[in-house]
Amino acid sequence: MSRFNKGGGREMPEMNTSSLPDLIFSILFFFMMVTTMREVTLMVKFDRPVGTQLEKLARKSCTSFIYIGQPNEQNRGKYGSGSRIQLNDKIAEASEVYDFVMTERNTLAEVDKPFYTVSLKVDHQTPMGIITDVKQILRKAYALKIVYSANKQTN
Amino acid sequence: MAKKRKMPGLNTSSTADISFMLLIFFLTTTSMDTDQGLGRTLPKPPEEDQLNNEIKVKERNILNIRINKDNYLMIGDDYVSVSDVKERAKEFIANKENRPNLPELKPKKIKLLNEVIPVTENHVISVQTDRGTSYGVYFQVQDALVAAYNELRDEFAKEKFGFKYEFLTKEQQDAVREVYPQKISEAEPKKYGKAI
Repeated sequence: MSRFNKGGGREMPEMNTSSLPDLIFSILFFFMMVTTMREVTLMVKFDRPVGTQLEKLARKSCTSFIYIGQPNEQNRGKYGSGSRIQLNDKIAEASEVYDFVMTERNTLAEVDKPFYTVSLKVDHQTPMGIITDVKQILRKAYALKIVYSANKQTN
Repeated sequence: MAKKRKMPGLNTSSTADISFMLLIFFLTTTSMDTDQGLGRTLPKPPEEDQLNNEIKVKERNILNIRINKDNYLMIGDDYVSVSDVKERAKEFIANKENRPNLPELKPKKIKLLNEVIPVTENHVISVQTDRGTSYGVYFQVQDALVAAYNELRDEFAKEKFGFKYEFLTKEQQDAVREVYPQKISEAEPKKYGKAI
């Protein structure tokens, strides 16, 4: 008569997995907070220049992006192989930048407007002529804060 | 007596799978890329009546960097390579030996240190490009200029405060910035050479 040895093989108790969904949900919320939705489909391809003295973009919500580069394979037939400007989801001319900046800035709250920044994501082979044109238009539109987007140099 | 029925527990074993699906959906549709880059402030657009009287800057206070359409680089009158830009810029900004061909040093009182330090307050670095210059080279030059400023600031910060610039307090950083203000001109485009 023993208290400890009860006959019969013992079964391994099943692990309680009821907290697993909560765990996954918390990971999900983490990712939803730190990431941002991909807003545009890129129509130009750009290989950004490499820099060493880069700063992080302060407020992503107050930033609009201008992409400049050569159209990618799908769009090459339509737009040729020269450097083009992409605003939101379409290829645009330099003259359209003004309206783009104005509408983008007007979507911001009044307090955020001074922090409005334009990030230029430009391919490193682009001739400066296009960029100078865009910069002149940005000045006219009083979008004076710009960021030359680049990749960090890795050793 | 009616038997009291127990409500069977809802089977929640699939909730994990559902939330996994959501997780994977968010992982694929969002991007985490933190945008990095060189920040710049463009000058205000010129007023109508200002167009003709450009601000005159003494010649010794300007460092002209020109890049032509074949991506050759000139500082002043010398051909240089991109790797030389940083040293040349540092020499120009600091003018430690007070040479007459480099920007003039003006004594400036730094409140935090309670010292008067000679500062090249009016220097300007201007980068001029041709329409055909490739952006990559332009960016390398800009990056080198920022590197020059950062190194000078670090040196000064170490000398005065014993730490690198980025570890200083806000007031100390402001003081260092007063000594080495960053003055890179986003110049008006000039048309010279062959336009494309």
